[in-house]
Amino acid sequence: MNQSEWPLWEVFIRSKQGLDHKHVGSLHAADATMAIQNARDVYTRRLEGISIWVVESQHVHASNPDDAEAFYDPANDKVYRHPTFYQVPDSIKHM
Amino acid sequence: MQVAPSETAALNSYSPELRQQLFLCVLQLADTSLILGHRLSEWCGHGPVLEQDLAMANIALDLLGETRSLYQYAAELEGQGRTEDDLAFLRLAVEYKNPLLVEQPNGDFADTVTRQFLFDNFHYHFLRALKNSPDERLAAIAEKAVKEAAYHLKWSSEWLIRLGDGTEESRKRLDKALDTLWRYSGELTKPTATEQALQAAGIIPDYATLLPTMEAHLNHVFQEATVPVPQGVFMMTGGKEGRHTEHLGYILAELQYMQRTYPGMKW
Repeated sequence: MNQSEWPLWEVFIRSKQGLDHKHVGSLHAADATMAIQNARDVYTRRLEGISIWVVESQHVHASNPDDAEAFYDPANDKVYRHPTFYQVPDSIKHM
Repeated sequence: MQVAPSETAALNSYSPELRQQLFLCVLQLADTSLILGHRLSEWCGHGPVLEQDLAMANIALDLLGETRSLYQYAAELEGQGRTEDDLAFLRLAVEYKNPLLVEQPNGDFADTVTRQFLFDNFHYHFLRALKNSPDERLAAIAEKAVKEAAYHLKWSSEWLIRLGDGTEESRKRLDKALDTLWRYSGELTKPTATEQALQAAGIIPDYATLLPTMEAHLNHVFQEATVPVPQGVFMMTGGKEGRHTEHLGYILAELQYMQRTYPGMKW
């Protein structure tokens, strides 16, 4: 990485109604304080949020796309893992 | 704009002389935000990094919003049928009453940050006191703008510290910016006859009461930035009385071009 370039940060915003912080994008900043201020300027201009998290991108570890078959395909034929194979009693509403 | 009856009553409670002074003072505040907002907007698309490009455009838009409220109020106070656009776009340079600081060129990022910090430190503390003005319109404008100014001051303070306590290069540039711009900082808190009349009437805050908190914040930021506070610099004044530096004419030429070329145009 170019020494003169600021590290990359991932930005998470919690909206007024939302309960969880959602990933909204990334930006460059020299440190966490600047990252939060930059996130305020870049990602909350249209009332998107009331809380900001930032984390340096280098600290995010991701699964390897090459593992996709081994990771996810085995779940394909295991429909019984969804709780849909029983009768809901009539007295239970709003299910 | 439609004037509500209660507002008309408030305007009429001022003597004609005080009303004229208030008109001039509101105009001065509007000019100040307009010119600085325009200066910041010149950075749009030219910022050192995308994030700061947006930050400066955000601040410019905040200032422009404040400008509009102030020009609208000034137009009502004057009562001569001029609109906010007439006041913003169709006056001569000598009729603009902004302090000299805000018309100074953007220079490099250190110049812009320094100009912004010196202004924000005044603007924020001024608005915080103006919220308590007996003039309901000014109090309402201040109430909205002070939240924006609080962020502006946070932004420019943060950057002044980073530049001062940053690299050798950033420090060199900050020192140069202070050399150029510090001399314009005194005018902000040096009241004109108009401001004195309104301070005496209790409509705008006495600047002397703002100085202790302004100085405390400035000293704190400069200390963090490891930059000595300039001492014994002769302070330039005149902008608030219409005596401007050469820069204002160029700003107005660009700002007024459309309205002068196509009078009354709207979009």
